[in-house]
Amino acid sequence: MYIDPHIHMVSRTTDDYQRMAQAGCVAITEPAFWAGYDRASVNGFVDYFRQLTDTEPRRAAQFGIAHHTWLCINPKESEDVGLAREVLGVIPRFMDRPNVLGIGEIGLNKNSKTELIILEEHIALAKRTGVLMLVHTPHLEDKLKGTRLIMDAMRNQSIDPGRVLIDHVEEHTVPLVLDRGFWAGMTLYPDSKVTPQRAADIFELHGTDRLWINSAGDWGVSDPLAVPKCRVEMKRRGHLAETIRKVSFENPLQFLSQSGRFKITTA
Amino acid sequence: MASPLTKEQAIDLYFMEHRAKVIDLAAFLDRIDRASGEPSKDFRISAMREAIALLLDGQSDRARRILELWSDPTENPIDKTTTKGASGTWNR
Ligand SMILES: [Zn+2]
Repeated sequence: MYIDPHIHMVSRTTDDYQRMAQAGCVAITEPAFWAGYDRASVNGFVDYFRQLTDTEPRRAAQFGIAHHTWLCINPKESEDVGLAREVLGVIPRFMDRPNVLGIGEIGLNKNSKTELIILEEHIALAKRTGVLMLVHTPHLEDKLKGTRLIMDAMRNQSIDPGRVLIDHVEEHTVPLVLDRGFWAGMTLYPDSKVTPQRAADIFELHGTDRLWINSAGDWGVSDPLAVPKCRVEMKRRGHLAETIRKVSFENPLQFLSQSGRFKITTA
Repeated sequence: MASPLTKEQAIDLYFMEHRAKVIDLAAFLDRIDRASGEPSKDFRISAMREAIALLLDGQSDRARRILELWSDPTENPIDKTTTKGASGTWNR
């Protein structure tokens, strides 16, 4: 039994839900993200939020997977401040839907001033509404700097780090994030993030508290079965069943339960 | 949390996988040599060569140090984005 706390099912087929269920997936959370192209208007986001709060939970329920979501305008589209603020304006309309856990995946992409302004406005919205946040950190060479800027933006608004998950951490950012009291997510990507082997190494280096794994499966080169593959990797190395359960089930359950809305059955 | 493996077990379990990756890396550098054009001064390949040197310096924490070596070391947000993508290593 496992939870995949970050996966973009709008980009995946129904077969993927079936295979995930067969591999033991009981619940997922799906943050709002970039569709691979810039949406032309706020209406594109309204439709996307309907898909996340209505269509996907029903599609997941067919396989006994509880579906949850996070809403925002992602940093790749937030250079257009006018559009970003329109999207921020419609998010509250969807916040009461039963599968919405909070604001995400907000964050930074190229670490620009505009991205930071829109990030700050999302943080303020989450603070005002008292919800959890799931945060995307930039890719590759931009990650270290962006992770620091994000954590400083959280501190500037006196956010409780125990209610924020900072995602896509790697060897150079894990200790920074955990030392400041945040939760951290490792994304298992074949090329650009961490492999199952490196994720297991990072648990050995930094322990298993406040740290989880996810597939972040989306429309790019990614693997919706990455979490069970990492579980197999840890087992192959001789890690205890309870350790494997902690990182792939108990930890996401503990963080996400703070929302008051997270459940692991579709009944 | 300690590694459950002995050194011998870690080598047995992972040697073949990483043997293949070393040959892949060698073949990649050969491929660039054979490709047409002037000898490359691409910043990404320079960064990769620095990382390879770091592998042989006898110190541990290699993965973290390579990621830091390839990271943007500046602290302030940039004025404006010119691209959505990242190139993989910081262009100094
Ligand atoms: Zn994502």
